[in-house]
Amino acid sequence: MSVGHGAPAVERPAPQTRRRPRSARVKEDRRAGYLLISPTFIIVFVMVVLPILWTFSLAFQNVRLLNLRQTGLLGDYSLDNFRAVITADGFVEALTVTLTYSVLGTAGAIGFGLLAALALRKPFRGRGLVRSVLLLPYVAPVVACAFVWSTLLNPQFGLVNYWGTELNLWERPIAFLSESTPVSLFGLVDLPITTALATVIAFEAWRSFPFAFLFITARLEGMPGALEEAATVDGATPTQQFRHIILPQLMPTIAVLTVLRFIWTFNNFDDIYLLTGGAAGTQVVTVRVFNYLIARGNIGQAAALAIVLAAILAVLVFVYLKLFGRKEEVA
Amino acid sequence: MSRDQLERRALRVLRPVVIGLLVLAAAFPFYYMLMLSFRSLGGVLANPGALWPNLDELNFTTYIDVLKSQSDGGQGFLRFIRNSGLVALGTVAITLFVAIPGAYAVSRLEFFGRRQIGALFLSVYFFPAILLAIPLFVFFTRVGLRGSLVALLIVYVAQVAAVSIYMLRNYFDTIPASLEEAAAVDGCTRLQAMRKVSLPLALPAIASNALFIFMIAWNEFLFALLFLVERRDNWTVSLGLAQLSGSIEVPTTVLMAGSVILTLPIIVMFFLSEKWLAGGLTAGAEKG
Repeated sequence: MSVGHGAPAVERPAPQTRRRPRSARVKEDRRAGYLLISPTFIIVFVMVVLPILWTFSLAFQNVRLLNLRQTGLLGDYSLDNFRAVITADGFVEALTVTLTYSVLGTAGAIGFGLLAALALRKPFRGRGLVRSVLLLPYVAPVVACAFVWSTLLNPQFGLVNYWGTELNLWERPIAFLSESTPVSLFGLVDLPITTALATVIAFEAWRSFPFAFLFITARLEGMPGALEEAATVDGATPTQQFRHIILPQLMPTIAVLTVLRFIWTFNNFDDIYLLTGGAAGTQVVTVRVFNYLIARGNIGQAAALAIVLAAILAVLVFVYLKLFGRKEEVA
Repeated sequence: MSRDQLERRALRVLRPVVIGLLVLAAAFPFYYMLMLSFRSLGGVLANPGALWPNLDELNFTTYIDVLKSQSDGGQGFLRFIRNSGLVALGTVAITLFVAIPGAYAVSRLEFFGRRQIGALFLSVYFFPAILLAIPLFVFFTRVGLRGSLVALLIVYVAQVAAVSIYMLRNYFDTIPASLEEAAAVDGCTRLQAMRKVSLPLALPAIASNALFIFMIAWNEFLFALLFLVERRDNWTVSLGLAQLSGSIEVPTTVLMAGSVILTLPIIVMFFLSEKWLAGGLTAGAEKG
């Protein structure tokens, strides 16, 4: 995915062959083009585009796993599913949890990615290996990562709780993945986040920071060093240089990263399903959709909720681009 | 001491500390996975805080347990490896088969809708996978293919084809068209020029793309869960690990061996692809 979004497609001039039978060549190219692209087009159209359209049809019908065989494309269309999922218990909470998870997860991933990119900026022996090692959480299978984390955090035999209590960091073993007590800030303020939610956010930051690290490193390497040298001569300290020279140049990259990471975290299902199953205040909307689909077998409502999720995401991204998109271009 | 000196001195100390902590955070869970896979459950329960295994405690029975088929009293991971391998390799083969010509067409050939098609393909990625999963679940249930590896394979190809085209197109763009024009002058048709000139040049990019697709297919979880959960003999390694980790009967250390089996091929490929990718990029630069 890391290459999935770079600079917008560069408009290249059409290949110009100044040879006589131009129109024949053009016609041949056109025919070959359609021929070569059609297999991919058909697969993506049938397995991605049509299903997305079909979701809309399902969302307006009363479809359940049990009556699946009887429903066709033309059924009784109504808004009942949307009404049901929006007014259902826990919908607003799930939405809040999804937003909290996405915002903090994105911020965490970008923050640590930035830290890693800056720390590794100057060459040193073994930097290549360190870079590769830092990418491990991103490339490793999510199921294995989630399993190791839940073992590490296990209250009975997990390493984290063992050393946490041994070193008196906390008194009793903490059930990091099932505790729904709110996280308190230095014992003063209770944050509106449960322990389990904080843990899955940490997991998301851990798994995604390498992606931000890669992007930011690439940008840092493309930066001209002359500006910083000039600033050093003028007596700017390292933090001043970061604040006034490096960070402004990184902002467009960080803006793109924010959109991408936010979208992917918002749509994320695997991590939370595997770590907590949606328990203890971690039920994000995607896990809810899964429950509608599998536990209740209510396909119509699952489809309706998935569409609500996609619509909310579209609005959020649109607003973000409206607010920040222009500024970045000027910067 | 001036502020500048103070900051520089602080950074000189902080930088290695930060790097050390990051490496620890990134690598430790994998080390822990490996270590636990060689310990016995009793040993772990007795001494959960051990940072390295006791030498006399080391054993490999966890791997035998996890790999053996269920009928022999194991967990059947050998079967899961076969399933994952088949699906992942099949996804790579089919995706490359359709995506290489597609990427070539988008990069080189002038046809109506050429520029729009990339945007269309990529926009699909911003829909939640769970939204897509619903109709596919319904569709494959109705045609009776849900639970088969073929269904999973088709879905995976559809999922990665667009990204694959995007990556390969970027590479084809770097190969000068003049090379093919020279071939055309020598009497090659378009398709011959593509096969004999551009394709060999793009091989490093194709190889790293293949590894990338393999990693996605091997790691995938959601669709495997939705499609295969009722068919244990068709479980992938990811799904098998996720399903068994929920049960109390299978010892954690045995499942850690399963995690190592799931993770190891990916890590090996990742280090390989880094090497190949770097090589491929520089090779492209020289030729360009």
